[in-house]
Amino acid sequence: MPRATVAKAAQETSFYAAVAFFFILAAFPFYWMVITSFKTDADLYNVAHIPFWFNDPPTLKHFQYLFHETLFARWLLNSLVIGICVVAITLVTALPAAYSLARMTGKNGEALGIGIFLTYLVPPTLLFLPLSRVIAVLGLQNSMWSLVLVYPTFTIPFCTWLLMGFFKSIPPEIEEAAIVDGCSLFGAFIKMALPLSLPGILTVVIFTFTLTLQEFVYALTFISSSAQKPITLGVATDLIRGDIFYWGEIMAGALIASIPVAIAYNFFLDNFIAGITGGAVK
Amino acid sequence: MVAIAESVPRPASRFRFIFDRRDVLGAIFVSPAILYVLLLVGVPFLMAVYYSVSAYTIYDPSWRFVGMANFEQILENPDFRHTLSNTFIFTFGSQILGLILGKFGALVLLRPFPGRKLVRAIIILPFAVPVALATVAWQWMFDSLYSVINWTMIALGLIDRANAPNWLGNPDLAMLSVIVVNAWRFFPFAIVIFLAGITAVPQDVLDAATVDGAGFWRRNYQIIVPMILPIVAIGLIFGIVFTFTDLSIVFLMTMGGPIGATTVLGYSGFQTGIVSGDVSHGAAISLFMLPVLLVVVVLMLRFIKRREI
Repeated sequence: MPRATVAKAAQETSFYAAVAFFFILAAFPFYWMVITSFKTDADLYNVAHIPFWFNDPPTLKHFQYLFHETLFARWLLNSLVIGICVVAITLVTALPAAYSLARMTGKNGEALGIGIFLTYLVPPTLLFLPLSRVIAVLGLQNSMWSLVLVYPTFTIPFCTWLLMGFFKSIPPEIEEAAIVDGCSLFGAFIKMALPLSLPGILTVVIFTFTLTLQEFVYALTFISSSAQKPITLGVATDLIRGDIFYWGEIMAGALIASIPVAIAYNFFLDNFIAGITGGAVK
Repeated sequence: MVAIAESVPRPASRFRFIFDRRDVLGAIFVSPAILYVLLLVGVPFLMAVYYSVSAYTIYDPSWRFVGMANFEQILENPDFRHTLSNTFIFTFGSQILGLILGKFGALVLLRPFPGRKLVRAIIILPFAVPVALATVAWQWMFDSLYSVINWTMIALGLIDRANAPNWLGNPDLAMLSVIVVNAWRFFPFAIVIFLAGITAVPQDVLDAATVDGAGFWRRNYQIIVPMILPIVAIGLIFGIVFTFTDLSIVFLMTMGGPIGATTVLGYSGFQTGIVSGDVSHGAAISLFMLPVLLVVVVLMLRFIKRREI
């Protein structure tokens, strides 16, 4: 073989080896979730078995246990309710705020927008002590409604920032034309700006929902009774009896909760990145 | 089309004076968001600052002012200094590892190949999936008895079962494990940030450099890296903030142990302020995050302002 061909083949091989490395690095823990959740306990806890595939036939036992013997279905429902409420609060506050900031003349809108966005960087581990006090005063301790109250503190800043970008990309002339036609300013916002920024609104809905699913620190701090837990907290902390981890059930629960978030992210990732980098590259 | 003449003389609504005044409506539109953030971020933040100089505990909720006493007590505690250095090791270790993986991952994904879309979708997973759930999967992979990592190394003859590492039970290995898990969580984010930066570099600039005789490394380090620096800096700032203040990975994997080897600021604040109920000391511990956060915010402002130019 001529030397050039050999060099080319070596280059191709190392490239695909790199692809394989990244693929396995990212995917293996999820493969491990899947295989663990379908394995029988006898197969799982036997160091003589090859762990990478099924030595006994796959079983649905862990999933059945999860839905019949634990509060898993309740946690799913809790997360759904929390997510929907937080999405509603976020839309009602962030949509008008973002529109107003995007249309504000001068530097004020931009400065105020950056100010709101920076609060997204204030971490839960700095605020959880006073917030748990606030929640106790409001009588919401140990209730999932505390999360509905607190989660908008990070979804509103993030989504206002994201939506500002969307509104800025709509030319103001469209609303001005509507106003000339007799629409009020408010009407122009409802009838013109909102329908035109529907892709942005959809992105915000999906991201708000996934942010509420991913949150862990506030849920851990505010909620201790099993029936009030959202799914992430329930799966991670409630399937352990004493010192025994129910690995099959834990992995089955993690798998179910991960799938929707993983799909949503892949569809909306580009918008997310554009949002947090704030168009640093132009 | 409806004739324009019809729509102009509409009966004025009672709220028309609100709906038509740009400044009034603008203020009404912004205020709910600002109020929410002020009441539930601004006020609690000030409360946290006051807790840290008070004697507040959940058993004795007094607002008695004690000055810097809490901070002095914390700084005298050698465990706390250990916590502080752990936090820096955890943050910078995982960010450096994440950035290296991100840079190489971006180079790999930049080249078209069959199945690239699918590979990209899979590589995003560690960042997309709730961190707590991915962490328990890793905890299971690091299990003291059934670790798949150890099983593989034993099968390959690298170690024998009697000397298999106890990943989360040995202080150094435990720190390494939480760093690896955090880097694993952030490297897809780094890849995406690098990709967004690299694809934004105009091709004609690169072509011009090639014509002028710049090779691969020169193009890489003298053109691409400086041009993508702002976007990478913003990505890194996010990584630092969310790692420096994190508590979930350490809480789930090691509980700060063994013997405090992986205790970080967020976990220590949680343990003291929430679990033990010593709110004032917990708040003081958490406030040690503030200097780092302030530096980060200043940097962030600088990079966001650049887009105005």
